[in-house]
Amino acid sequence: MNFYAIRAIYLFEMARTARTLMQSIASPVLSTSLYFIVFGSAIGSKMVAIDGIEYGAFIVPGLIMLSLLTESVSNASFGIHMPRFTGAIYEILAAPVSALEIVLAFVGAAATKSVVLGIIILATARLFVDYHIAHPLLMLLFLVLTSVTFSLFGFIIGIWADGFEKLQIIPMMVITPLTFLGGTFYSISMLPPFWQTVTLFNPVVYLVSGFRWAFYESSDISVGVSLAMILVFLFICLSIVMAIFKTGYKLKS
Amino acid sequence: MTIALSINGLSKKYKPDFQALSKVSLEIKQGEIFALLGPNGAGKTTLISIVCGIVNPSEGEIRVNNCDIQKDYRKARQQIGLVPQELSLSMFESVWATVNFSRGMYGKPRDDKYLEDLLRKLSLWEKKDSRIMALSGGMKRRVLIAKALSHQPDILFLDEPTAGVDVELRQEMWAMIRELRDTGVTVILTTHYIDEAEEMADRIGIINKGKIVLVNEKQALMKKLGSKQLSLELSTAIPSIPSSLANYKLELLDDGHKLTYTFNSQDEHNQIPALLKSLEEQGIEFKDLHTSQSSLEDIFVSLVGGAK
Repeated sequence: MNFYAIRAIYLFEMARTARTLMQSIASPVLSTSLYFIVFGSAIGSKMVAIDGIEYGAFIVPGLIMLSLLTESVSNASFGIHMPRFTGAIYEILAAPVSALEIVLAFVGAAATKSVVLGIIILATARLFVDYHIAHPLLMLLFLVLTSVTFSLFGFIIGIWADGFEKLQIIPMMVITPLTFLGGTFYSISMLPPFWQTVTLFNPVVYLVSGFRWAFYESSDISVGVSLAMILVFLFICLSIVMAIFKTGYKLKS
Repeated sequence: MTIALSINGLSKKYKPDFQALSKVSLEIKQGEIFALLGPNGAGKTTLISIVCGIVNPSEGEIRVNNCDIQKDYRKARQQIGLVPQELSLSMFESVWATVNFSRGMYGKPRDDKYLEDLLRKLSLWEKKDSRIMALSGGMKRRVLIAKALSHQPDILFLDEPTAGVDVELRQEMWAMIRELRDTGVTVILTTHYIDEAEEMADRIGIINKGKIVLVNEKQALMKKLGSKQLSLELSTAIPSIPSSLANYKLELLDDGHKLTYTFNSQDEHNQIPALLKSLEEQGIEFKDLHTSQSSLEDIFVSLVGGAK
């Protein structure tokens, strides 16, 4: 293992976050806080509880998941796309590092940022909404697993994208709609039976549901199924990343 | 002499149908400066990129100090430093951060003293905290060299190192390359500046259309292929070359005022004495004469031109 290389890439990526604190941390925290204020404190206080959970508290896990998913994808995709764009990728390809070490460093850094962001949003939510966490360790496990999985997904996007526009397409056009329609603001049991079935094809439903269970021991889907679905998605992403390095797709000609 | 880099039967075909390299075989000796000359698109950068692991070969074997670049890629790559042609840098980073990053990438622990010495040698120490985007083009080029040397490589590849740099920096870089060679580093540079190869290289390889056309010691190459010219400034212009001088390789220039005779520099039995005697017999007088030897550029043009 080339630990010095893993450390070099990891610190490089973390330094990039430090240079862009407003964009990387402050902006998602502010936008999520607005959701807490509007849907949690203002409108939420006029709405009925869902499964015995106050509406403001109900949406906390889903909103954290929304930020976690979009930021994990954005961070990891930008991290690998930028050196491709500037040409500085030559140094990574020419260095004595394995594909595993490259992925560990980039995805590790992106996931670290996402976990830190998730914890900050969780702490910020306390200012506006009263919530409790029934299973803190499981909540942390979901937080880490989701960050790692979607950072891997972002890494794939960063290699696939051949321009900055494509980098934005997935978080904005795919992740955000799937999260909104994945039970962030409602329980899927509130939907008509047909749409409940359709919703089950949305992978984000399992993430939000499992994460919410860790908070309130209440969910649309069994926590075991949620955990299994994250692991399946993690495995799929890992397989794609392995294939990318094996074939050199968009990295080596 | 120990072989630092051995390339055997290397080919590269880009999709859909472009043969960038074709069965290239080459051996680079340890501690030499080897210049790979060739026109644009000849395959120089592809060759370097394959050795450094940036491009996949289609076929062939490459060994760096006897380490296979694919099977034993860690050992092989640790010994290589690369200065790319383009200014491919992370512009928002500081000089100090970027050289530390490079050293780490090659599996070396921090060594602030070495990096400080390196930056001082490259006149970058004063700029160590500057962002790369704030540096001039020449300074950025130095940063690329610092990055390539940050892990103390045995073999340094310089891909068109002086493309677009000013004369002063060019001279400095040449001096630095010689210094590196003196410390035992093998230097392989690609260039299409003939004077650079002529000035720097111990050996020269000429590549054209993905094939190595020729490899030889620089001096031997110039001696072997170089031709000489004897130029005679005539006292009185002549309308044409007399038929009695038709056996000599003569050319009449400057409206009959200049006569040139081309001969092989290696040919000890050239016909200069006989020519001068013939001129005297014909009553053709000259007021000045001088000889000149063909440059590497002339040799390069004749070889590459011949391959077209």
